[in-house]
Amino acid sequence: MFRTTLEKDPSLRRRRKPIDWVDANLKWILIVPSIVFVTALIAFPIGYTIFLSLTNAQGAVTRPFDFVGLANYAHWLGDTDRFWPAVGRTAYFTGMALVLELVIGLAIALLLRKTFRGQGLVRVFILLPLVATPVAVGMMWLVIFEPSIGFANVLMDFLNLPRQGWLSDKDSALNTLIFIDVWQWTPMVILILLAGLSTLPEEPDEAARVDGANAWQRFIHITLPLLSPVIAAAAILRSIDALKTFDIIYATKGRGGGSSHEAETLNILAYSDAFEYSRYGRASALLMLFFMLIIIVLVVLAILRKRGEKL
Amino acid sequence: MFSSNRARRLALITPVVGAMVLGLAACGGNPGADGGEVTELTVIAANSPWTEGLKTLAGKYEEETGIKVNLEAYGNEQLNDTLKVKLNAQSSDFDIMGFQVQDVMREFSRNGWLTDMTEDVASDPEWAWDDFQQAARDAVELDGVVYGVPVMTERHIMYYRADILEEAGIEVPQTLDELKAAADELNDPDNGFYGIAMRGARVPMVTQLSSFVYSFGGDFQDEDGNATIDSPEAIEAYEFYGDLLREDGPPGATNMGWVEASAIFAQGNAAFYLDADSQAYTFLDESNSAVVDTVAFARFPEGPAGANFYNIVPQTIGINAFSQKKEAAWEFIKWVSNEENSKWLLSEETVPVARQSAWDDDASTAGFPAGLVDIVRDLGDGAVGHDRPQLEQVAAAREIVGGPAIVAIEGGDVEEAATSANAEFQDLLDSEEQ
Repeated sequence: MFRTTLEKDPSLRRRRKPIDWVDANLKWILIVPSIVFVTALIAFPIGYTIFLSLTNAQGAVTRPFDFVGLANYAHWLGDTDRFWPAVGRTAYFTGMALVLELVIGLAIALLLRKTFRGQGLVRVFILLPLVATPVAVGMMWLVIFEPSIGFANVLMDFLNLPRQGWLSDKDSALNTLIFIDVWQWTPMVILILLAGLSTLPEEPDEAARVDGANAWQRFIHITLPLLSPVIAAAAILRSIDALKTFDIIYATKGRGGGSSHEAETLNILAYSDAFEYSRYGRASALLMLFFMLIIIVLVVLAILRKRGEKL
Repeated sequence: MFSSNRARRLALITPVVGAMVLGLAACGGNPGADGGEVTELTVIAANSPWTEGLKTLAGKYEEETGIKVNLEAYGNEQLNDTLKVKLNAQSSDFDIMGFQVQDVMREFSRNGWLTDMTEDVASDPEWAWDDFQQAARDAVELDGVVYGVPVMTERHIMYYRADILEEAGIEVPQTLDELKAAADELNDPDNGFYGIAMRGARVPMVTQLSSFVYSFGGDFQDEDGNATIDSPEAIEAYEFYGDLLREDGPPGATNMGWVEASAIFAQGNAAFYLDADSQAYTFLDESNSAVVDTVAFARFPEGPAGANFYNIVPQTIGINAFSQKKEAAWEFIKWVSNEENSKWLLSEETVPVARQSAWDDDASTAGFPAGLVDIVRDLGDGAVGHDRPQLEQVAAAREIVGGPAIVAIEGGDVEEAATSANAEFQDLLDSEEQ
């Protein structure tokens, strides 16, 4: 009704000044540039990667190339030499790192929960790995794990244990890298869980204590369920990060994840294919597959989280 | 009613503002596109003795011409990645690029990223393109087009510990068999001393494996460019390299590029080190080396087919095809590679330059390790102009070719590995034919 009058009555329409229009739409006008910018920034790279993944682009993206449909995807899904082992390593690395970081992180967070003398110092100290640059961390551990003169093997000698190949041995490289990841990222988990712990209500714990529950029972039945949303948040953050791990692997094992590809995860494989082999089409397809994998993991985690909340 | 009105306004305003934003972005233009006077040039190159020398020369060039020369130096692999990213984006923010001809010249020239310098190098008789060693001039040319000026050369040589050999009464090995025997004898892993240090990581190793393959009478490819890494000679070379490193090398060899392997020799923990002669400076630098006074240099030992070691150009400087200052870039390249500066680089920075006049000049070579000068001056007839497979996708080929060597170092079935690697290598070569 109102609209028809407005449109049909010329006197009413003339009264609308541009400033009114700006006024009425100010919130949109102000956010439009950022919407456009963000859309372009996210949508363009993804769109371009999808586009490239359907082509046989190689050498330079400015060179002529053909559409090959889903051939690149078929190549990877049929590649038992590098792709599937890399998927396995990515899953193993992420799973192990995540579990270890959550367990150790939770244990340390519980220890640090109670106030004690010098707790500020301890907290700063355990946060140090977190602020170090990953490549520098990689180089540092590379020196420590150097098989003939590195500190790790000197320590093994001191403890009368057999020397290990650590990063240089193809059987232990991935586990050593998991150790480095745990060393570097557990502090972040501790930080998140400590924040979570500090918001937990005291009452349920006290009530359980009055009922005669021991420390373990209180932890399993009170603290853990109350803390589960925070643990889930930490798990999501860490799992995405661990899936994408690139820097420490590249810094310690170089291209291809070592001479036998012993530490080659999906990210390292995609990097090799794009920058070493200049196979931009194939590398894009691999990245899309990786992207889908991350989304699947996210969805699974989200479902688990919802189920956890319902319980 | 009201909401639909609002939606309509939004539908109108979004494309308008969007177009404005994109239009503004497009108006940004290219700040480098000036036809005016050049005041600045940017060089991107790999870390090397040459780049070290360039730091001094750049200052000199600025004094002489007023043009400031910025230098960005990267590790070899990072350099290739950086160049690929920048050149895929057709970036003009650098003018002069150092590159490894065998690694990228085929790919980059086919991509249209390199400037044709054929006429430039022939333009000034005084600058004397002829003065560059023939092998170096051949190296920077592809299908009759010159893509850069060679600024460094390098050969595979044998570094050894003169004191250790003397103490043990061992003659300097002349053949690969003698080298193996000497390394066996000197290897003492219980005391952290190893017979030999060499590259053992899959991809970096390939170039150092090459001289072994040649000296056993093989090559990566035959004259028609077909894969030949399963030839009996190549397999023998793989096995020799693998045995040498497994039996007399440091632990963790398959994780070692030249940085790691040379560090072991520099710390005094190995009797022999076989790699490029351009690394001599790392062992002669007191701050990094414990073997300054005890390191000695010898020619690559003879194999069953002779001493056939690589003699290549590791660093070439060319001009970015997207640079807006190509003329100024060429002037700088010409200046930095002229006879005077080449001699200075050789004598002051121990850069193994490509100019023959510098090597013929005793004053210039005086600062260069004596044993090395003899090797460069008399290459013998075994020198080979390549040290890796020759095709566009070199990196993928190195990955394949390095595979059997890893099997050899680990003591596996080399013949089987070489056969399957050869088939894979041939497939890759065939894919480029199409």
